[in-house]
Amino acid sequence: MVPRGADANAATRHPLARLAHALAVLAGVILLWHLLTAVFGVISPARFPTPAEVAASLQQIVVEGYSNARLHEHVLRSVLLVTMGFVVASSFGVALGLAMGASRKVEAFVNPIFLLLRPIPPLAWIPLAIVWLGLGDAAKIMVIFVAAFVPSVINSYTGVRQIDRPIFEASAMLDVTGWRYWREVLIPGALPSIFTGLRLSLQASWTTLVAAELIGAVAGLGQILNQAAQDIYPAMIVVGMVSVALSGWLMTLGLAWIEHRAMPWRVR
Amino acid sequence: MLEPRLDPARFLALSAAGAASFFLFWSAAALAGLTSREFLPAPWDVAARFSQLAVEPFAGFTLFQHLLSSFQRFAFGFVLAVAIGIPLGLLMAWFRWIDRIVAPVFEAVRFIAPIAWVPFAALWFGTGIGGPVLIIFMGAFPAVLINTYRGAKNVERKYIEASQMLGASSWRSMTEVLLPAAVPSIVAGLRISAGLGWQSLVGAELIVASSGVGYLMVKGQAAVSTATVMSGMIAIGVVGLLIDVALRRVQQLIETRRGL
Repeated sequence: MVPRGADANAATRHPLARLAHALAVLAGVILLWHLLTAVFGVISPARFPTPAEVAASLQQIVVEGYSNARLHEHVLRSVLLVTMGFVVASSFGVALGLAMGASRKVEAFVNPIFLLLRPIPPLAWIPLAIVWLGLGDAAKIMVIFVAAFVPSVINSYTGVRQIDRPIFEASAMLDVTGWRYWREVLIPGALPSIFTGLRLSLQASWTTLVAAELIGAVAGLGQILNQAAQDIYPAMIVVGMVSVALSGWLMTLGLAWIEHRAMPWRVR
Repeated sequence: MLEPRLDPARFLALSAAGAASFFLFWSAAALAGLTSREFLPAPWDVAARFSQLAVEPFAGFTLFQHLLSSFQRFAFGFVLAVAIGIPLGLLMAWFRWIDRIVAPVFEAVRFIAPIAWVPFAALWFGTGIGGPVLIIFMGAFPAVLINTYRGAKNVERKYIEASQMLGASSWRSMTEVLLPAAVPSIVAGLRISAGLGWQSLVGAELIVASSGVGYLMVKGQAAVSTATVMSGMIAIGVVGLLIDVALRRVQQLIETRRGL
């Protein structure tokens, strides 16, 4: 009960020990879940499925498919859409953010437009996208774009502004200008903040895509959730939720890998 | 070298030009006649629709009644997230065994986007208030818990040791040492979680609700009335901004009182 020192902190323990611990807790949760639903029936199966039902649904969607496609097709479709929207939006966003950071004039001109649009949450763009573009992929790319654009602009912009003054002074003294100034001063200096923005952008676009697919789609992870909700099929809802979480997690890991490669000088 | 600041007059002029060109571009696109005004209304059409929605009921209620019912749901879910998140965060920071049990489960559940709870919200609560509240809770809870936990973990050891030496019980150490020391971090977390909760609510109302701004927007979408949808977006943005401003005031008050 005595407060622990930093050495016992979960974050500093051996990775294998942490993994074993996480797996043990996971096993405990599944056991408790099984006991509550299948053995003692505290939770009615109509409200929450048993672990066995979830396993059966997982098998069904992987082998036969559910809601027009098999699991990997749903996942692939959603992940591809998000990647496309995210790459396009964040390329524009980072470029605009860097320009706003580098030039006071661009900042003064663009900022008011941003202040108007920023408070509107990405999810609130979904009805507008559907009115304008219908239920197809175009509307989804539009909402992903909106969701990913704002955080990447803001963080690239603050990234430039957070570069230490001495770096600017040194680059001015060494007469670093033009393309070299961008490539060797602004971009590397802002990179940590840019990646923070990209991570937020990716999370926002993933959530927004799932929401957009829940409202209307032919296939995709949100569509599994939507179909399962309509069929009152709790086990498939759980499969859909876990797939959403796992795919989101894997994409975040992928981005972290890119971040690590892009900034080898940073020790994390 | 980073450019020096612009003088205020030029800054203001450029900002005004930026805002003006946004509205000019929008108006020109609306008036160009490429699409119907229903499809792409001009800014003043949206303003007119907004003031009309404020007095005439649409989808059952006026805009402000919709806003009120959204805000009630938000307040309900947010208070619930705070009421569970802060004590649990403190307990996790104080008792290692609670931390070790809760943390992995929490980390796993956190990866599920709040909006993905919509099917269960519908299954468990129908269109009642419980559904949106569940989604807001899922959106708002993680930031409250994480910031409470981090704030309590960063308390200087000497305070904890002093309180223990003076014989404080676990309960007193948590409420009289950890909690006050964690307040700045908790309030910062509240701002984040309020923003996320409000967003999640809007998403939830697009799917499971029969009132609220999100519902108004869905009805506007079904009627292909862009002006209605945009009015909803404006209302959501303004209320979200007001919530943030209110919490920022609280944050500033606490920081001044503590001389931060």
